[in-house]
Amino acid sequence: MFVEIIRAMNVEKQYKNGVTALYNINLSINKGEFVFVIGASGSGKSTLIKMMYREEKPTSGQIIVGGINVGKLRNGKVYKLRRKIGVVFQDYKLLPKLNVYENVAFALEVIGMQKSEIRNRVIKVLKLVGLKEKVKSYPDQLSGGEQQRVVIARAIVNDPKILICDEPTGNLDPKTSLEIMKVLNNVNRKLGTTIVMATHDREIVEKMKKRVIYIDKGHIVKDYIEGTFKNESI
Amino acid sequence: MKAFRMLPRYIRDAFKSVFRNFSLSIASISCIIVTLILVSISIMLTTNVNKATTAIEDDVTIVSFVDSDLTYDELKSLANEVKKMENIESVEIITKQDKKEELAKESKTYENIVSTWSDDNNPLHNELFVKVIDIEKINDTAKQIEKMPSIEEVKYGEGMVEKMVTIFKGIQNGMIIIVAGLIVVTAFLIANTIKLTIFSRKREIEIMRLVGASNTTIRFPFVVEGFILGLIGSIIPIIITIYGYNSLYKYFDGHLFTPIFKLMKPFPYVYSVCGVLILIGVCVGMIGSYRAVRKYLKI
Repeated sequence: MFVEIIRAMNVEKQYKNGVTALYNINLSINKGEFVFVIGASGSGKSTLIKMMYREEKPTSGQIIVGGINVGKLRNGKVYKLRRKIGVVFQDYKLLPKLNVYENVAFALEVIGMQKSEIRNRVIKVLKLVGLKEKVKSYPDQLSGGEQQRVVIARAIVNDPKILICDEPTGNLDPKTSLEIMKVLNNVNRKLGTTIVMATHDREIVEKMKKRVIYIDKGHIVKDYIEGTFKNESI
Repeated sequence: MKAFRMLPRYIRDAFKSVFRNFSLSIASISCIIVTLILVSISIMLTTNVNKATTAIEDDVTIVSFVDSDLTYDELKSLANEVKKMENIESVEIITKQDKKEELAKESKTYENIVSTWSDDNNPLHNELFVKVIDIEKINDTAKQIEKMPSIEEVKYGEGMVEKMVTIFKGIQNGMIIIVAGLIVVTAFLIANTIKLTIFSRKREIEIMRLVGASNTTIRFPFVVEGFILGLIGSIIPIIITIYGYNSLYKYFDGHLFTPIFKLMKPFPYVYSVCGVLILIGVCVGMIGSYRAVRKYLKI
């Protein structure tokens, strides 16, 4: 039984400068899926990803994430969506003055969770991403891969249904990238979190053998079901 | 419950931010200090002028000299007629006998003189003491009274009084505009200063938004910060107000230049002025911060 968790219907996005980033996007992602969104720079994949956590709004059409109509979400209510999802970025976005534990706990503190509960959850997710030994380290004492794991821990600590990753391996070498992918795969399998990941690293995509959505010039060109994507096929 | 649990965190964050961005905080605080001192001066000037105006208004009387041949009953009906006119607050009858007695009380010499006057040859006039409601219309009212039969002459401040009152009211209105203007300008200045401190925390706000903090949660520490800045900023103006006004009051011996222009007694007056200053400081700080964060909540 598949439960739909993200749905895009006739989504179009035109920026204020007149550039159209997406044309008539129709898409459905089920609960527990791991989906890659690939495409060249400027293809519109980032715009699509950004709409999922409402950094962008569609110009027309509807995009529904976890039951919330993103296009109709008012600025003051964005937090309702963001509490259902986790977001991972290429540039980490960690707070430099907080250590690993505090950075992860921050996500729970700002939503008003109790201290004892925060502690349990933070320790649990740091174990899951393999950073239990580094709780006291500060971001500048960590490698890129480790920093990205902290970000993943922060994104999943409030147990979101969806994890949205925007080029999470963009700054990492191939070996570290694979480690990050293992962590994400773990999150997907162990916690059942739906993962949508934008990337242009095709080798990783091929190795992972997941569903792949290929976007080119603002259109969904192809939707490969699990395991059918081959690097040479584009 | 949740908001209550987060309150210590908000307050801690706000204090941290005030001290972490110390130079910018000093800028905001100085800004509040200057405004509040000016506001304090304006408030004290306005209230004192207001007090003087009211005192003058209470004092001003139209003295109408009435035909000395009128009987008491005729005098009474005349007083009633005057009372029916517009802008009249009260009419007091002073008969020539009353005046004679009053004069006799003043000195022995007067007493000897007035004792020779009988009721028929009393050379004094009957008088009506008229108080008006609106002092600015005293001129018209006096003229109307003068036109009445058996009124011989009318005396009052003749122009001086209304001019003074008009000027005082003008000063009051001007002060209110100045105070309002100062408050708005300070709110803007504080908004800008706090914007600078917020700029350094832009990333933090961005992350808070991304991990699902509500706008209220993000804004609250900044608003508390504005509150703290306003509170600290009002300390010096309060000290200046209390000591300044007290010594001014002592120096001028309770009135300015003439005994008519009485100053407000320092207690509890200065404390209510201080209360107003704290209120303005705190509100301006909070509004300034609130406006400053708004820009960063659109990510």
